[in-house]
Amino acid sequence: MDTVGPAKTDLALTGEGADKTQALTYPRIDCRNVSVYYDDKQAVFDVSLAIHDRAVTALIGPSGCGKSTFLRCLNRMNDTIEGAKVTGDIFMEGENINSPDVDPVLLRSRVGMVFQKPNPFPKSIYDNIAYGPRIHGMVDSREDLDAVVEKSLRRAGLWEEVKDRLTQPGTSLSGGQQQRLCIARAIAVRPEVILMDEPCSALDPIATARIEELIDELRKRYCIVIVTHSMQQAARVSQRTAFFHLGNLVEMGDTDQIFTNPRERRTEDYITGRFG
Amino acid sequence: MNKMSDSSLITPKALKHLKKRRAADARFRLYGIAAIVFALSALTLLVIAIGTRAYSATTQYVLQTEIMLDADLVAPEGETSEAEITRNIEGFYTLVRDKLFSEFPESTQTQASRQELSELVNRLAVLPLAKRVATNPTLIGKTIQVRVPLSDDLDLYLKGGSPKDVTVRIGSAGKIETDAEGKARLSSTSGLSKVTSTRSLLEEGKATGSVLLAGGETVARIDSLSPDAAELTLLTGTFEQLANEPLVAHIIPLPEAERPISDQQIAWAIALKQAGNARRVLHTSLVTHTDSTYPELAGTLAAIVGSLLTMMVTACVAIPMGIFAAVYLEEFAPRNRLTNLIEVNINNLAAVPSIVFGLLGASLLLGTFGLPRSAPIVGGLVLALLILPVVIIASRASLRSVPPSIRSGALAVGASRMQAVFHHVLPLAAPGMFTGAILGMARALGETAPLLLIGMVAFVAEVPKSATDEATALPVLIYSWASNAERAWEPMTAAAIVILLSLLVIMNVVVVFLRRRFERRW
Repeated sequence: MDTVGPAKTDLALTGEGADKTQALTYPRIDCRNVSVYYDDKQAVFDVSLAIHDRAVTALIGPSGCGKSTFLRCLNRMNDTIEGAKVTGDIFMEGENINSPDVDPVLLRSRVGMVFQKPNPFPKSIYDNIAYGPRIHGMVDSREDLDAVVEKSLRRAGLWEEVKDRLTQPGTSLSGGQQQRLCIARAIAVRPEVILMDEPCSALDPIATARIEELIDELRKRYCIVIVTHSMQQAARVSQRTAFFHLGNLVEMGDTDQIFTNPRERRTEDYITGRFG
Repeated sequence: MNKMSDSSLITPKALKHLKKRRAADARFRLYGIAAIVFALSALTLLVIAIGTRAYSATTQYVLQTEIMLDADLVAPEGETSEAEITRNIEGFYTLVRDKLFSEFPESTQTQASRQELSELVNRLAVLPLAKRVATNPTLIGKTIQVRVPLSDDLDLYLKGGSPKDVTVRIGSAGKIETDAEGKARLSSTSGLSKVTSTRSLLEEGKATGSVLLAGGETVARIDSLSPDAAELTLLTGTFEQLANEPLVAHIIPLPEAERPISDQQIAWAIALKQAGNARRVLHTSLVTHTDSTYPELAGTLAAIVGSLLTMMVTACVAIPMGIFAAVYLEEFAPRNRLTNLIEVNINNLAAVPSIVFGLLGASLLLGTFGLPRSAPIVGGLVLALLILPVVIIASRASLRSVPPSIRSGALAVGASRMQAVFHHVLPLAAPGMFTGAILGMARALGETAPLLLIGMVAFVAEVPKSATDEATALPVLIYSWASNAERAWEPMTAAAIVILLSLLVIMNVVVVFLRRRFERRW
């Protein structure tokens, strides 16, 4: 089956290459005129934005504004929804990932995703992490795999808590640990971009704080896009923020600017809690 | 104050509502318990009814005796090949019959009584003995102990089934006067009046049945009975023994002409039992023999093997096909008018009467494709078609119960759709799928109608060796045994039902085990 790993492409950028010295503002993903339709209903209207590398981009907006739908365009998860259609161009490393020639499986190995509800596989903690590297043929030996598992768990800040019980089922962990396990699982396939769809909405404040710290840590190596309902969270973790409303991108800019000096009236109303 | 009571939680109106709701609650619970009690008692009744009927078939009366395997009879002309010895049933039967003749010399006087005595053991009952000797010819010339089943009518009588007899213990005879004609007279025994009263109670004063008097290995028939005297005819044994042993009167209300066994045969049976030659042993031939026209020789082995072969074919066809169809429909197929139509048709197919599948099998598999008649392969295919919709529906339900987050999780780390399904969804759905499959198989195991139509009702005397041999199946065997007239078939049928039910229970236990073993939580 599809075991083509990113290592075999000519665009093998692993997101952890220390030699890459892109500026903070270098756009890693460039979206142009992206629209999403569910059957005949349009959910996202002509969104154009740039997502920067080594930064956290927060997508905020009221429920049903299309932010999650837009997020799912970035790793083509909308392909799995019947009747969903995405138009427009999404350039990543100069390639249009929305083109039918792009293999979504390969794309998803470079654009990881973490979901709203922690969804570890009902397997051991070890196998949860090892699954991705295994199917992509990224490791040759058991030792390599052990190393990948340990590195991923360390980066997700979970290693110290689970190193003695790697064989226990991932579902036996607490909610916050499960979510960090899912982040470790995403990291294990060495993505360049990590998408997070409301990763803290099912967690308590302490677990949320833990994840937020982690996101801040991960920002040094990855390009992160996070959808969140919590404006405080967006303000805390993100460097750039995009505000969506009714399927339109209303405003995008540096997080400080959006929260302190929004250009648009709607943005201000939302941030100050007048609707949403 | 007034305002307080308005907002109070305890008002007459609220109390009334509460009372009504509690009554409804209690009623509902009562209905539930009643339904469960009813179901349980029906099940218990079923188990008890079948169990008590089958119980008498768990044992069997056999003639156990020592026989010298005379080479002249067993292997005439010195032929000791396996096939020759097995074929020589007549020789073995003669051995057993001669043993009986020597046991009861009185029978040799007339051809008719010789015939009567021979009927105690069926000619074919020596077949296992012949096979035993054939596989081990060194036994020839030696004396060995053999066990041959008694005829089904005697077996039934000895087990107290039919004809029914009532025994009355009457103590020692005291004095027996014999005259020159072999007639004997028994008088002044206190027990005789008890026999007389019991008899007139049983036969309503008509005295049409028989009364046999047994003492030790001697049995005599009472020809005329009055409370203080009885005239006897000796059936087997000697009068001296009768005079000295404690006597038991066997009152058989059914007239001799109306029952399959005569007074004389009953007398021999009693004598054999007293001598320890007729023994009640475990009825192993029920599961080691194949079908027979004689109930004492019949067994279910061929039907069990036939059923298992049929189930194997069914499992090989229905389970993979059903699971793949379900996986395709649930995980890969687009939702459109065509798949909707397929879905509706699968659901309808599950409701088609099984006999229709039998007709399809008969016309298509036997007629068009020319597959062998009465073979497990055809039965298996027909039953596979029958349970396919059930397997598909159960498998789809099981796949649907796997949370979509597992699929997204797998896709998000770069698994292809196939990998997501085969690595994650299928293992989680497997316990449910197996449950559906085995429940479908259990249904197939009990199906009779489609098998009747494709000819699996044939009399099969050989254990089928492959799926293309002639075979029958357990439910069909039960059906044909149940339609036999002889009384001895009734316990046999019940026993076969118990065997079928045990197989079903085993399958259900496997289901429970699989569920426990592989069920994963998420």
